Amino acid sequence: MEILSLIIRRVGYAAILLLAVVVLNFILINLAPGDIADTIAGDMGGATAEQMAEIRADYGLDLPLWQQLGRYVANVLQGDLGYSYFHTQPVTSLIAERLPATLLLVITAQLLALIVGTLLGVLAARKPNGLLSHAVTLIALFGYSAPVFWTGIMLLIVFSLWIPLFPVAGMIDVTIEGGWWARALDIARHMVLPVITLSSIFLALYSRLCRASMMEVLGSDYIRTARAKGLSESQIVMKHALKNSLGPVVTLAGLQFSAVVSGAVLVETVFSWPGLGTLALQSIIARDTPTILGILFFSAMVVIVGNLLTDLVLRLIDPRIRNQS
Amino acid sequence: MGKLSTRITLVASCLLATGLMAGVVTADEPKKGGTLVMSAPQTPRHLNPAVQSGTATGAPGAQLFAAPLRYDENWEPQPYLAESWDVSDDGLTVTLNLVKGATFHDGEPITSSDVAFSVKTVQENHPFKTMFAPVESVETPDDNTAVLKLSEPHPALLLAMSSQLLPIIPEHVYGDGQDPKNHPHNSENVVGSGPFKLVEFKRDQHIILERNENFFMEGRPYLDKIVMRIIKDPSARAIAIENGELHLAAFEQSAQNINRIKRADGVSATADGYAAIGPIAWLAFNTVREPTSDVNVRKAIAYAIDRNFITKAIMLGTAEPALTGIHPGSPFYEPDVESYDVDLKKANQILDDAGYEKGADGMRFKLTVDYGWPDVKAVAEYVRPQLKKIGIDVTVRAAPDFPTWAKRISSHDFDMTWDVVFNWGDPVIGVHRTYQSSNIKEGVIWSNTQSYSNPEIDELMEAAGKETDQEKRKELYSKFQKILADELPVYWAYALPYHTFHSDKVGNVPAGIWATSSPLDLVYLK
Repeated sequence: MEILSLIIRRVGYAAILLLAVVVLNFILINLAPGDIADTIAGDMGGATAEQMAEIRADYGLDLPLWQQLGRYVANVLQGDLGYSYFHTQPVTSLIAERLPATLLLVITAQLLALIVGTLLGVLAARKPNGLLSHAVTLIALFGYSAPVFWTGIMLLIVFSLWIPLFPVAGMIDVTIEGGWWARALDIARHMVLPVITLSSIFLALYSRLCRASMMEVLGSDYIRTARAKGLSESQIVMKHALKNSLGPVVTLAGLQFSAVVSGAVLVETVFSWPGLGTLALQSIIARDTPTILGILFFSAMVVIVGNLLTDLVLRLIDPRIRNQS
Repeated sequence: MGKLSTRITLVASCLLATGLMAGVVTADEPKKGGTLVMSAPQTPRHLNPAVQSGTATGAPGAQLFAAPLRYDENWEPQPYLAESWDVSDDGLTVTLNLVKGATFHDGEPITSSDVAFSVKTVQENHPFKTMFAPVESVETPDDNTAVLKLSEPHPALLLAMSSQLLPIIPEHVYGDGQDPKNHPHNSENVVGSGPFKLVEFKRDQHIILERNENFFMEGRPYLDKIVMRIIKDPSARAIAIENGELHLAAFEQSAQNINRIKRADGVSATADGYAAIGPIAWLAFNTVREPTSDVNVRKAIAYAIDRNFITKAIMLGTAEPALTGIHPGSPFYEPDVESYDVDLKKANQILDDAGYEKGADGMRFKLTVDYGWPDVKAVAEYVRPQLKKIGIDVTVRAAPDFPTWAKRISSHDFDMTWDVVFNWGDPVIGVHRTYQSSNIKEGVIWSNTQSYSNPEIDELMEAAGKETDQEKRKELYSKFQKILADELPVYWAYALPYHTFHSDKVGNVPAGIWATSSPLDLVYLK
């Protein structure tokens, strides 16, 4: 019951927030000089003044800004995100087309980072001054501070050029013939390097956070009690300590997941991954306003839903939060 | 001296050409079959070059659509859809005799009315208005003869009949009343008559083309399939060439990658084939805003910039210097012009004489230099320390993206900017627009954004545009380039080092004048 009222309240806030996001983004994007007509002219190696006026008229860019905004908001309220100038296709279908590739990449990378990061964090926390702990810190620091595009290119040089194990770019190899299984395997092969690259940032966050919160928990009274009871070390760590130190990790995972688009832009660009990230970048470069706005709107929705889900999961794993409200 | 060296190069290139031809004859017989995997550096908006310029659309477009003519590496027109053609003595009538029995991908015959329809579509929708401007009508006395009637002689016309600029599109498909710019068949179920047919176009992923079994040129194409993979990252493309994932990557311009591919085994990099594309990088001046409105200031800046340093150090020896607004690969290029070889003393002297005195901080005045995309960042940054040496305080203005830069430049809100402008074959198409006083147009990028105006130059372009005698035309353009070099509305720096990377397995790498924006029906895999 409580959960239901929480959800209703949150959805109410979300609607207001989304409207603000739409209006603000629209104004911000239109503050930038230049528009799609400049892009199309650039793309074509030149255009006449008449052609540019025609493009602007075609897309309604010759109307006053407030009229364009009114039109846009009215369309969004009806679930219509508009028509991409650059791709000449509805924005919703464009996003729907690209979403699976991004989800595949981001979810796999997140899961990998979550599992490996937690594991490394736990191992490091058990002997905070041991060799392993220092190694984890070092890996984390490196993964976090190295720019993703650099990590990506380095992985490419090593594992595509020197040791040609994995393909350089794209999601599928169209020259491969074969059934469902062959294609799945092909996609998996294409995924390895981008997933590792993307998870390297998350991995650092999770392992550090898990290590810190684990160390805090391991020093608390009830762990000493568990030890005194004579429980085995693995029981103490996995059952008593880990469950209690996962809270911050889950919160972070929720927040990070919301960054579906932002985190993937660079990785998708380096590996020519046909997802939302490449679409976002392309749209920004081309000043394809409806697509940029559509992606931002979609991201805002993901953030809101992600936060809501995080709250719900936290309530499940931590009874204290359940009882607070 | 200039004339002599030109002649020697000419002789040398003739020898080279015969050598190459001999090479082709004795080389292995082209093999049939196979899939060529090549890269596309960007996603085209769609695949119909009749209503979209640029090589992103041009490269797949030239495979899908045939054109009346095609060109060899010496700028000589070759028969394509037109098996022969004739330009009348007064230059006002151009007759095309079409290949008999040629069909579109859907089996319908290609007729002269399709040619008329295509010319009309391009005239109405293509951004390069000068290409077919003098064409008043296209007559179709019979199915295989198209007669273009011109209001004045137009020597650029034959070059504009290449695949990149005049794809023949079927009237029965694109003439259904829908706006040709947004026609559904521009991206899906494209119907052309080129050597390849469209299988699939997936944005940001790939374009797949397959052999057109009914192609009107007997025995061609050699390849079964072409896969164009859209890979936007230049380093990723270079790695994919090196590890064999890609057979061919065209329009590569990163100096580091070019040199790396040149050194690598089993792959090559060639600069051949980009003469008609003709990209020139230059520093443009605002000729109506002080102080760059003063020709002395422009000359001093030209003397202060070291073109050699740019081509040798910044471009790592991959780029060729460009001394004028016409590409060094064009038959109209005039190398014998004032080249402003670096001379700081002279530059300072010019500014002193013109009355620009140095202030207490050693600076005479301030200027800004713009750039709009990362490839020209290094040359833009280079201008600052270099001009400081002659007492000009330069601020580099980076634009976050292309539209921002385009807006600044096209609204004439700049002192100097780096720019890259393409010749697009004939000077009438890509060169005139930069210098015509009638083309000073607010809000239009790659118009005469320098606001340069000189009646003599206008007249020279007007005359050269309709001069049908090639030698006389060359003379006119020579004079044109010499005057411009003296007035410097633009400081031409270098020809963009476009290269084609390819695996040594690829035979007949495109080396005409349109690079991969030409039919790839002769390419094969060894």
